[in-house]
Amino acid sequence: MANDTRRICEKIRQAETLPAGFHNEEWGTFMKLRNQKTGIVAAFPYLLPSLLGMALFSVLPIVASLCISMTRWSGMTHVSIFHGFFTFVKENFIGFQNYAAVFQEKEIWTVLSHNAYFLVLYMPLMLCMSLILAVIVGSDHKAVGVYRVIYYIPVLTSWVAGALIWKWVLSSQYGPINDILGFVGIKGPAWLQSEIWAMPSIVLASVWKDMGFYGMIFLGGLQSISPEYYEAAKIDGASAWQRFKSITLPLLSPTTFYVMILSLINAFQIFPQVMVMTTDAGPNGATQVMVERIYKFAFSFGKMGYAASYSWILFAIIFAITIFQNLMQRKWVHYE
Amino acid sequence: MNKKNYISTFLYYLLATLIAAAMLVPLFWMISTSFKNKGALMALPIQWIPKEPTFDNFVRLFDTPGFIGSMGNSLVVAVASVALTLISSSLAAFAFAKIKFRGRESIFLLYLASMMIPTQVLFIPLYLVMSELKLTDTLTALILPGIFRAFAVFMLRQKMKTIPDEYMDAAAMDGASLGRTFFQIIAPMCKGIFATLGIILFMESWNDYLLPLVMLQSNSKFTMPIILSAMSGQFKNQYNLMMAGALISMVPILILYAVAQKYFKAGLQVGGVKG
Repeated sequence: MANDTRRICEKIRQAETLPAGFHNEEWGTFMKLRNQKTGIVAAFPYLLPSLLGMALFSVLPIVASLCISMTRWSGMTHVSIFHGFFTFVKENFIGFQNYAAVFQEKEIWTVLSHNAYFLVLYMPLMLCMSLILAVIVGSDHKAVGVYRVIYYIPVLTSWVAGALIWKWVLSSQYGPINDILGFVGIKGPAWLQSEIWAMPSIVLASVWKDMGFYGMIFLGGLQSISPEYYEAAKIDGASAWQRFKSITLPLLSPTTFYVMILSLINAFQIFPQVMVMTTDAGPNGATQVMVERIYKFAFSFGKMGYAASYSWILFAIIFAITIFQNLMQRKWVHYE
Repeated sequence: MNKKNYISTFLYYLLATLIAAAMLVPLFWMISTSFKNKGALMALPIQWIPKEPTFDNFVRLFDTPGFIGSMGNSLVVAVASVALTLISSSLAAFAFAKIKFRGRESIFLLYLASMMIPTQVLFIPLYLVMSELKLTDTLTALILPGIFRAFAVFMLRQKMKTIPDEYMDAAAMDGASLGRTFFQIIAPMCKGIFATLGIILFMESWNDYLLPLVMLQSNSKFTMPIILSAMSGQFKNQYNLMMAGALISMVPILILYAVAQKYFKAGLQVGGVKG
């Protein structure tokens, strides 16, 4: 089949070099295909499953969620989103009161500050570590393949397994971390049981899990830098550190920016690690974060409208980050 | 090799090995714990390597109601949702890449826009839709959303756009219908992307936590991550059992990685596109 096709392709290419105005029957057939005015009829069956899915699992949830966020709904009453949903929305419509209520409470700020705290600890650590991993894996030493596999294993692990492992690794009495710390004479904290250390613990587990992923993205960036720069610098007598500082870092800036944006968005979406590592969001709610709150409001406290407003606040944050990314990319990141 | 090179090579291996060792500590601890008996679990000083290794935890784990079932559930969900996504998305991608119709670009823009809204924002209404379809607490609720994956459509469309239109024309000349052209010419040319996407999606589904947590209620329907997290509540401090569970849950993905490393690498490059 493929061979046939190639042969016919050849024929077409020949046909295309024929003088203008040349026509034969075959030519007409495929010209018709290319200019289908009735294309939507042909395309429809192919689009149908996907469009149906979009309507049911994307558009409908978006509309429903926006509506719910503007209604008074305890979640106790049964509401059907297929039958009489809009009557329900009209009857219980309270406009932006849920949002107003969210912002009047202190909780949203506490929760957002937890996400921000996670970000502040996570991002610098993750950037440094993943860049180091990329440099290690990107070098031409012999054992690179082994390191690549090892660094990538945490990425393959599910968050639930990873979080369970870390919960046990960070056990204050029976965990290896405090054992190692004890070996060098430091008395390790109670990690997840401590209000101060609960969030850093989650950061630690997250960096462990993610650095291989971001490291590979950095590796892609490193490999796209032309070796000529390094050769020129070497001839000029630049040291390895100078080369890294003056060539690698600036030329890597698009990748760095991209990784920063990804991890920024990621920081506002952390969920499984928090749910599994800290029961009830840590001591004194030290690890309450956005998605965890949305889940609890909706499925534990039944405050659906409230939860939906939280969702949209989360979306607004992600949206703002994405807009910022687009603006900045145009401004100062230079792609080659 | 001069002296300076020896030193830098030594430093390289030192750093690389130190980081690797640090990253392996949790995994080593998981494996070590999964072979410990009750006494060794809480022994002080801690035993890095269990003195009396035992398979008991694995045996007990398989006796735990729902555990074996959860492996099956995870597998069914992962395979079915990957298949559904690949079929539905490649059909849509074919339409976007190879058939001209009015509104094509605007519909596709809608697809791209939908990628900006993550599941974390939509899981409440998604639950409501599923409960309306009477699908909550079924595996179907986890499989069905795979029918619409904008990023899969995006990737497949990119690939199909690189296939010259001449193939389409040639097939048409041979009298092949659009459907035949898709199945016999276009789809086979996307094999590599199918494999890459398939692996990303399989891993995503196998490791997923949020959607099954929201959708599933009964023990017999749980996927592996959910039964693991449920166990951590049920078995409180029996970490030997939980570590055995975590270990088992990792094995399929590790095997897949060993077999298809090439596609993981490609997948990562694309995974970035996903955002």
